Amino acid sequence: MKQTVSHARSRRLYDTAMVGLGGILLLFLVLPFVALVFDGGPEAIWRGLGCSLTWPALRLSLATTLVSVVLVVVGGTPLAWWLARSRWRSARWLEILLQLPVVIPPAVGGIALLLAFGRRGLFGGALERLGWTPAFSAVAVVMAQVFVSAPFYLQAAVQAFGRLDPSLLAVARSLGASPPRLLLRVALPLARPWLIGGAAMSWARALGEFGATLMFAGNMTGKTQTLPLAIYTALELDIHTAQALSLLLVSFAFALLLFLRRFNRGPEVARRLATQ
Amino acid sequence: MTGASVARLSVAVEAVLGAFALDVSLEVGAEPLALVGPNGSGKTSLLLTILGLRNPARGRIVLCDEVLFDAETAIDLPTEERHLAYLPQDLGLFPHLSAVENVAFALACRSQRLSARQRRDEAMTWLERFGIGQLAGRNPARLSGGERQRIALARALASSPKALLLDEPTASLDVEARVEVRAFLAESIRALGLPTILVTHDAKDVEALASRVAVLENGRIAGCGLLGDIRQNPPTSFASKLFDSSRVPGAGAIASPSCSEDVSHK
Repeated sequence: MKQTVSHARSRRLYDTAMVGLGGILLLFLVLPFVALVFDGGPEAIWRGLGCSLTWPALRLSLATTLVSVVLVVVGGTPLAWWLARSRWRSARWLEILLQLPVVIPPAVGGIALLLAFGRRGLFGGALERLGWTPAFSAVAVVMAQVFVSAPFYLQAAVQAFGRLDPSLLAVARSLGASPPRLLLRVALPLARPWLIGGAAMSWARALGEFGATLMFAGNMTGKTQTLPLAIYTALELDIHTAQALSLLLVSFAFALLLFLRRFNRGPEVARRLATQ
Repeated sequence: MTGASVARLSVAVEAVLGAFALDVSLEVGAEPLALVGPNGSGKTSLLLTILGLRNPARGRIVLCDEVLFDAETAIDLPTEERHLAYLPQDLGLFPHLSAVENVAFALACRSQRLSARQRRDEAMTWLERFGIGQLAGRNPARLSGGERQRIALARALASSPKALLLDEPTASLDVEARVEVRAFLAESIRALGLPTILVTHDAKDVEALASRVAVLENGRIAGCGLLGDIRQNPPTSFASKLFDSSRVPGAGAIASPSCSEDVSHK
């Protein structure tokens, strides 16, 4: 009897601790979003959206991130295919190296880009002689976004290609599939759900890119000022303008999450098919 | 049985694959050869080497007068140009394609001239030949083991192969499907008359599908001969257990470890 009581008590303690600890984190994560949506009321937000910074920044963000994602996918797919299939030892090291932009602070990425492609950078002189100075232009915005977001796509694509059943690829080749056919007709269709997921994560990272853009492209309204930079600028004018712009970004991110959930069923189906 | 008209696959390779050394010489003609041996004896490695997916250090692989690999002259045809039908244990059916699309894939690989429509029609003919025309639109992942085996073989043959490599064709099947697949494969292999190598762990597969047996151990052929001879004089304890032989392994005069049809008939 006594044992039952102590059991019940420890069970209660366990439940309280679990709910308490989890609840605190949950509140901490949710409350800022509540404030972001409800603080100041709809009129303040509406006024904020009317700010002169909003539309140029939104346009620039959408245009540059679209270009970035296309560049990342077009270059990242062959690179990932090669990395996933290479038995070359250095390929494993390269894979690790290519993840570096994920873990370094974006500002460091911006400095590195500036040192490489800036006017006085390592390759800047050569580029200038060709009549091209990318720094502090929309091109620089795209370069910063590609630099920070490519690893997300690459990682997803390398994993997706690496997960393909080797005997499936062997059979395809034995049937006479040339390397392009192997990639286009077998590997890409089978890896597609993961590739789309990787591209979406890469796009989200590009959309939120701030530090590297600020360092390498600057903060010029209409020219290099993307939404995150506009939020930073708006904060100095009026917090509700910054709030309105933030809500724009949040809604894009939320739409992306919904899209990913839809596509996450893709990998499930593919996995079930592959294991049958 | 002699003469250049008989299709022949001859393999003589030495390869170091990790910590494992493969040193095998064998020849297959009209009589299907079963490759048996314990796990890790190099059976699958040998198939992958013949396919061109593993690189031997020395040796030569010749299929019907065409050199697939020759270390001396640095010939190494890529897998897609070797014209080998390969059926792995899981069959490797494409899960994103229907049965008929799986077969049409093989046709597209071999002939650029056919239109999509012609490929589909010809793929349909292949499926019908194997009695599974009604499954054309189905996803192979949802079909039975026996049906999947038929699609895989139809697809392999649609690529007009010159030899057949089977890796444990019945291992992943349930007992009933195993009997069905074995009968179907036995009939097909006999009808095709292609040089055939069959890797298996199952004595019933050997009996039904092959007439010669090569026993592999530690990457080498420990013995090779007609099924009856190997059963009589199992060269290794593995072979003795596989064929349930009461004879002491390695006791009798075993068929030569050099493995060609002429030798095993002596």
